[in-house]
Amino acid sequence: MARLTLKNVEKSFGSTHVLRDVSLDVEDGEFVSLVGHSGCGKSTLLRIIARLETPDAGDILIGGRAVNALAPKHRNIAMVFQDYALYPHMTVAENMSMPLVMARLPMRARLPLIRFLAPAHHKRMPEIKAHVRRVAAQLQIEHLLDRRPAQLSGGQRQRVALGRALVRDPQVFLMDEPLSNLDAKLRVQVRKEISELHASSGLTFVYVTHDQVEAMTMSDRVALMRNGRILQFAPPNRLYADPDSIDVAQFIGSPEINTLRGLPHADGIAVGEAVWPIRAAGHKSGALRVGIRPEAISVSGVPGLSSIGEKANGLQARLEVRLIEDLGPEVLLHGRLDFCPEEDVRVRAQKGSAYGHDDTLRTAAWLEVSIDPERLLLFDEQGRRLAMAGVVRQRVKEEA
Amino acid sequence: MDRTHAGFHHVQAWMGYFFVAPATFLILVIYAVPIVLVLLVSFTDYTLVSDYFEFVGLENYARMFSDAQFARALVNTLIYAAIFLPASFCLSLVIAIALQERKQFKSILEVLYFLPVTSTLTAMALVWSAMMDSRQGIINNLLQSIGAGPFNFLGSEQLVLVSLAIISIWSIVGFNMVLFLAGLSAIPKGLYEAATMDGADHPLDRFLKVTWPMLGPTAMFVAVTSSITAFKLFDPVALLTRGGPNGASEVFLYLAFLEGFEYFNLGYSAALSLFFLIVIFIFALFQAFFVERKVHY
Repeated sequence: MARLTLKNVEKSFGSTHVLRDVSLDVEDGEFVSLVGHSGCGKSTLLRIIARLETPDAGDILIGGRAVNALAPKHRNIAMVFQDYALYPHMTVAENMSMPLVMARLPMRARLPLIRFLAPAHHKRMPEIKAHVRRVAAQLQIEHLLDRRPAQLSGGQRQRVALGRALVRDPQVFLMDEPLSNLDAKLRVQVRKEISELHASSGLTFVYVTHDQVEAMTMSDRVALMRNGRILQFAPPNRLYADPDSIDVAQFIGSPEINTLRGLPHADGIAVGEAVWPIRAAGHKSGALRVGIRPEAISVSGVPGLSSIGEKANGLQARLEVRLIEDLGPEVLLHGRLDFCPEEDVRVRAQKGSAYGHDDTLRTAAWLEVSIDPERLLLFDEQGRRLAMAGVVRQRVKEEA
Repeated sequence: MDRTHAGFHHVQAWMGYFFVAPATFLILVIYAVPIVLVLLVSFTDYTLVSDYFEFVGLENYARMFSDAQFARALVNTLIYAAIFLPASFCLSLVIAIALQERKQFKSILEVLYFLPVTSTLTAMALVWSAMMDSRQGIINNLLQSIGAGPFNFLGSEQLVLVSLAIISIWSIVGFNMVLFLAGLSAIPKGLYEAATMDGADHPLDRFLKVTWPMLGPTAMFVAVTSSITAFKLFDPVALLTRGGPNGASEVFLYLAFLEGFEYFNLGYSAALSLFFLIVIFIFALFQAFFVERKVHY
């Protein structure tokens, strides 16, 4: 019904190329996030969908219909702005009824004073007010209808902005960083509300954010953008576990993925002084980047103490701990691996697990760690993802 | 220890008075004392030419309200204001909006429109009178070339207030325009984008739904300051028409001047000045209470 398709969209501001050949296909009722650092073109793309900007080239289709030439009001799109852009001189009710007044009343019924002479004003206004009241009740802001935006809290303004977008019954709902002006606690709550709104309305959502957590938690699919291009467009979990490129791997996931330099070796891949029995499928020569998620490294024990529990089955190494960040349920370790002392790595470890008490962890200069080879991500020199041929597993299978 | 501490506070308190003393002195000498003096003089029959005077109570005020000349001056001032206010307000708003949306030559045009404000009105009034001359004036020459006129701009009872208003409008439009430009640039761009998304893309809708309400405080300020300016009309009248022809351009402040420094009735002139002060004060109150409170964001 309201599938949104962008085909080869290009946009430049002067000599800056903001969008380069962007194509995107958003299914009806899907929640899609555009995510990336500031300046990646995500907001421009959203504004092009809304037609606050016109593309230099390319097509925009809504529900299979090309809308390039249509003004925003004819596209049946609603947009929530980062700073909400509520009209400060109007009450909440007036703010919310604005799209309906514009759509349902002719010009003469909108003019000051004269509008009271227009029959349309008297005929339409009651039904507009009733509609606004219904939407306000749905968003639980009915009691705020007579207030002005200045009298509302950030979260309430946010809801009014949502309400103004909802009253017009749009086909596509655009949101430009709607949570960035809220404090952290409220952000989590509104995030949930927006997800619920999406579920209950069944509308197509396009959501712009620079916050990967928002993108990952709310979206059906995420389009990760950089330098005016879409790097990868995939469901959140695939973006995390199966990134197309090192740029994607580095953007998604916090703390950031560790990348170590590797070189092809007769017995696998040489990383620092170690040789790991893994192979990149189809890779002939040249250096590699080995990506290790901070949670793919697990602490297996403290040297000197006999290790408690089973020795993890993976690539063994020692970690020189340089900094410990206590995150509550877990700790973030910053340090260096013994076989590769030039590069800093981050390790995410559960507290109070097999390796001993918190105090031991705090004072230990060295920890024994094991790296799960199946969770390694391999990239070529240009940062393109390489599939892995797991040498270790093959040998195990042969023996068995 | 405690004593020095208390002493320090004592000294500090006096230091405060010491610091505000110069400003207080200036305000007293420049504003407060003259106003009190004018108030006192307005209760006397003091003239510049006699050696003695006596208190006459409210006689000057009683005379004011029965004086046909005063009534005419008031009416003339109101007629003048009725031409001057809407024209200067609308013209400067239109120019400001037109300039705001310009990309090229914006600052050059701003300077051009602002130039009259920087010039001396007295000197420019003379230029205007030359331009408005009934026979040799360039305006009449131009009008005649398209088959209109000639008009006796400053010499006709019907036209003189209009002509004076034109001169004043020319001199104030640049100033009001700058105020409006400041107001316009303070309107968040996002509101216009929201209006576009809401379907208000017609220029009239954008003006009525966003520009005008957001410009409210600025517009109020412009209206009030222009009203005060209108009531203050003096220079061109004193210079070009001396209240004429036949009293048709005798405006309020000119009458006060006439009574005081032509007829030497300083007592009556003081009463007129005080009336003027009260009118200005009402405008200022209006400004302070209405305009400042109406700011809703």
